[in-house]
Amino acid sequence: MNKKVVVIGGGITGMEASVQLSALGYSVTILEKESQLGGHLKDWTVLFPNLRKGTEIVSFLEHGLELQEVNVIFNSKINEIKKINKHYEIIVEGRKTLVADAILVATGFDLFDAHRKEEFGYGIYENVITSYDLEKIFAKEGEIRTPSGIKPKRIGFIHCVGSRDEKVNNHYCSNVCCVTGVKQAMELKTLIPDAEIFNFYMDMRMFDTHFEELYLESQKKYGINFIRGRLSEANETIDKRIVIKVEDTLTSRPLKMTVDMMVLLVGMEPSKGTKEIANLLNLKMRESGFLKPEDDHTMSNVSNMPGVFFAGTCSGPMSIKYTFTDARAAVTKINCFLKEYELQNRILVN
Amino acid sequence: MEEKRNIWKDYQKEIADDHYYYVRSCIRQSFFPASEEFFLKVLKDELGKDIFDDPNHTTCTGIGYHADVVPFETIMTVVARHFALMKESGYKNIIISCVTSFGIYTEIIETWKHFPEVLEKIRENLYKATKREFDIPLNMTHSSDIIYKFRNEIAEKANYKLINQLTGRPLNVVEHIGCHYSKMFPKYGVGGAEFPLVLAGMIKAWGGDVIDYPERRHCCGFGFRQYLVQANRGYSAANSKKKFESMEPYKPDLVLCNCPGCTMFMDKWQYTISELEGKTYGENNQGVPVLTYEELAGLVLGYNPWDLGLQFHQIQSEPLLRKMGIDFSPEDKYKTRSGIQMPMPECPANINF
Repeated sequence: MNKKVVVIGGGITGMEASVQLSALGYSVTILEKESQLGGHLKDWTVLFPNLRKGTEIVSFLEHGLELQEVNVIFNSKINEIKKINKHYEIIVEGRKTLVADAILVATGFDLFDAHRKEEFGYGIYENVITSYDLEKIFAKEGEIRTPSGIKPKRIGFIHCVGSRDEKVNNHYCSNVCCVTGVKQAMELKTLIPDAEIFNFYMDMRMFDTHFEELYLESQKKYGINFIRGRLSEANETIDKRIVIKVEDTLTSRPLKMTVDMMVLLVGMEPSKGTKEIANLLNLKMRESGFLKPEDDHTMSNVSNMPGVFFAGTCSGPMSIKYTFTDARAAVTKINCFLKEYELQNRILVN
Repeated sequence: MEEKRNIWKDYQKEIADDHYYYVRSCIRQSFFPASEEFFLKVLKDELGKDIFDDPNHTTCTGIGYHADVVPFETIMTVVARHFALMKESGYKNIIISCVTSFGIYTEIIETWKHFPEVLEKIRENLYKATKREFDIPLNMTHSSDIIYKFRNEIAEKANYKLINQLTGRPLNVVEHIGCHYSKMFPKYGVGGAEFPLVLAGMIKAWGGDVIDYPERRHCCGFGFRQYLVQANRGYSAANSKKKFESMEPYKPDLVLCNCPGCTMFMDKWQYTISELEGKTYGENNQGVPVLTYEELAGLVLGYNPWDLGLQFHQIQSEPLLRKMGIDFSPEDKYKTRSGIQMPMPECPANINF
């Protein structure tokens, strides 16, 4: 009988890992809390760095699931996970108990809730939106309007919202927001060629392939302005525009600007689901709440519980490219574990 | 608005219901003497509360502290003495009249929480100097917290509302919170630091509209070093000007403050700006009245504006009184309680009284 793997979460990681595990001959079940697969990816229209459509990636993943037999249980709520000898029993509300020889946790991230940065006025001032809200505006197509209904002439992007911010207790960098800010600024400039666009950043972390080129292109070809400065507060004018107050940290001077729309580039946080599963399985978490591997160098994807692995953004912020890589890496680890390869038990000598 | 309500829910503080020990403010006693008197009167007579106004307490030395002439250890010991007086009088809940003092008290209590050895040192200092011992208050509030707590009781007894009788529309009220009320420790302020509710709650309860203008959070410019050093006073006035320029399009009928420094400077700098720049804010160049929360509560409750001391402000409040439909006697404005006529101040050149 095939060994059974239960994958918790049906986003990019869960989908790709399931396809690969199934191809290796394991019997795979995805537990997805929503009514469809794809996680956050389905909410994103075009992707950095090459501006391809998000739906292309979704269809690639779905095609994989069609090729392989993967059982998907939608709208599933896990109540309990019990370790019995060498396997796990997963009790899903209103369903038959599932048995797993290995578990892959792929519970992903939640977007930072921008309401927590009260001083930025998200949810209070209608023309303050998040990068996620902007994607929804892009998805609607047609002419771009601010929530107040005007064609924006000046737009401000605020980087690092909820990331690298001691005040909200998120010390880490979310990896993807810098390049998202560049991508979204370019998209807006394409749609509104006469708009002035300003990105207020701490550092531009253009670490990956083609990111730096995209950043240069956004300045040279699109005329996007980048100002190194941290937003202190935002306020609303009588005509609903947003007054931005930042310190320009290159000139060491305060700067005040009024924009028609302010976009907050929200970072990643460990998802509620990640915390719930970590609780049920007694998984170790980092201070940030992301899952902690047994060893940062040699044991990524390996949890403190035998037979429980994890991959993707439940272990920390990462882009789609690295999410794929991480999902496939976890599959290798699970395969080693289920086949009881010696490789699994290599020794670290101090 | 819905989102602000959520924020306000996150920053609720416990405000004791009765039995208060009261510490006064140096500035308020000098510039708005009726405010503190009226606060005590409202609590005792209107609300039937027990409040002790202790003649033995002193300044907190806050102005000296912020001017760098009083060291932290000294001010902590002075505050500890106030706590000792409170303990000796049998009270556990303290009300602080001044926002500067309130900020100092919060800073000290937080310091003691994080550095217990400092607390021990201050206990020792106070004992050596005065043979007194003290307890940290069970409940610490600013006096605006108390008026906020009883805002609905005041609204029930109100004779006047913050409604323009000529138009039937709510008055546009600017609320200005002292920086030291909650910007240092948001948890000590009703509604936190970004969207404080303490004054906004009173304004809403009494029928007015709160103006949210771009420079709402900006400091009034008081800032101790700005006004203590004469050469810096332009900086102080410039900050107030920035605020008035920002609120002007919203046509404010009144500015409500909870900090003595803000009330004083936002009031008096309007005269300075009118002299320096020839610019006067408010309708018909009359200026925008700047009131304390006790003065506004007094007007709402129907007290005589001259008993509330409104004539001692730089900007005169008659336009506001007319809007609220308050019946007042212009000839009594500069008379003493016994009816003796006092000298009348001159009318400034650029403010239309």
